[in-house]
Amino acid sequence: MTQGQGPILRVENICKMLGGKKILNSVSLSLNKGELKVLIGPSGAGKSTLLQCINFLIPPDRGQVWLEGTEVQHHRKRDLYALRQQIGMIFQDFNLFDHLNALENVSIALRKVKKMGRSAARERALAQLEQVGLGDKITLYPAELSGGQKQRVSIARALAMDPKIMLLDEPTSALDPELIGEVLSVIRDLARGGMTMILATHQIGFARTLADEVLFMEDGRIIEQGPPAELLAPNARTRSRDFCSKLDELYEENL
Amino acid sequence: MNETLFAILEALPYLLQGALVTIGIVIGAMGLGLIMGVHMAAGQVYGNRAVRRIVGLYVWFFRGVPILVLLFLFYFGLFALIGLNLSAFSASVLVLGMTTAAYQSQIFRGAIQSLPQGQLKAARALGMSDLTAIITVILPQALRLSIPGWSNEYSIILKDSALAFVLGTSEIMARSHFVASRTYHHLPLYMTAGCLYFILTWIGVQALLKLESKVRIPGYTR
Repeated sequence: MTQGQGPILRVENICKMLGGKKILNSVSLSLNKGELKVLIGPSGAGKSTLLQCINFLIPPDRGQVWLEGTEVQHHRKRDLYALRQQIGMIFQDFNLFDHLNALENVSIALRKVKKMGRSAARERALAQLEQVGLGDKITLYPAELSGGQKQRVSIARALAMDPKIMLLDEPTSALDPELIGEVLSVIRDLARGGMTMILATHQIGFARTLADEVLFMEDGRIIEQGPPAELLAPNARTRSRDFCSKLDELYEENL
Repeated sequence: MNETLFAILEALPYLLQGALVTIGIVIGAMGLGLIMGVHMAAGQVYGNRAVRRIVGLYVWFFRGVPILVLLFLFYFGLFALIGLNLSAFSASVLVLGMTTAAYQSQIFRGAIQSLPQGQLKAARALGMSDLTAIITVILPQALRLSIPGWSNEYSIILKDSALAFVLGTSEIMARSHFVASRTYHHLPLYMTAGCLYFILTWIGVQALLKLESKVRIPGYTR
């Protein structure tokens, strides 16, 4: 497979057992440059585990990951760290470094991993925070930020590393409803800017408008996949459609 | 009454020199305990089975044997066995340091384990090695959380340092005993010794409280 032609990320036959339960059952997917694939499915389907297997935060029992046509040798530490630098990850509960302010949260990996100088790292971090609309909050600590602001800092932190791919693990699930919008708008800008992403989410409306493809996961497998227009069409007889209309109903009830 | 006061005043310079020795023992022991304890805690949380087992055994041994026994054991036995000819002062620092390392490691381990797991994950996801993540993300927070426990340990080691007297280290207790047994002013001299320990404890604990509020993370409540 030649570079530039094939998919930027290819994942094949990922299996993972946790506590005697099959969390991932031979999952495969591939991602082209600039694509946004949305991962949906009920809780416990394995979405989060799948995303964390891609950058080996959870080592899969079996399966391979190819980045730009090269198979990742995750047992070699150097390869593993290099892979993770190229894959940005956003977590449901932000996972900011509590002892560092917003600016330091973004610049720390630039300094410690990319070995940038203090002032260069600071400048880059500042630019990245301005991009997510937090240029005036750089000296605040995580405990002084709202959930939406925290998640935007964490997006800036990941983007500062110039990742080739972003994995977003339910980035809005821990947010109050009125804070979801600001985070979604940052993700929308990223998608429009051509960032390659896999997004696990329950925000079906958002997924529908932006996704190139929807992957529906259940019981550790991807059971349906296709363009949102097909999979989620009002008259589509798909498991995805069922699931989404249930979510829609739930959402309306909550309103 | 005057005689008592005079006895104290006359002995005070000598006792204050002893206080310097005590301070030396405590700083040395707490410093050694800090360095060893941080490594042991990291090893116990992040190390492989062998490392965890070794740290576990170490902690079990040093927490299980009285300091008095350890002082004799090392000063008269083990140090000589391995050909180390240490002064009473160095031996006291080493034994108290190794003992407090066992306790401090558990203070740090508790602090490390109380941190949210996600931060280590986030650090790894950014491409940090485990060592870099522990040094830049985990320890700065764990050490902050450890200050109250460490302050406790300081006050314990300060008072345990009086045991160094049995090896002939000329610290506060040894000097008070020496003067008291010559002048027969037992009560005033031991009261002075007690006051010196009391003051040193107070100063150290206050300093650590200051440090705690100085390094407090803004907006952070737990």
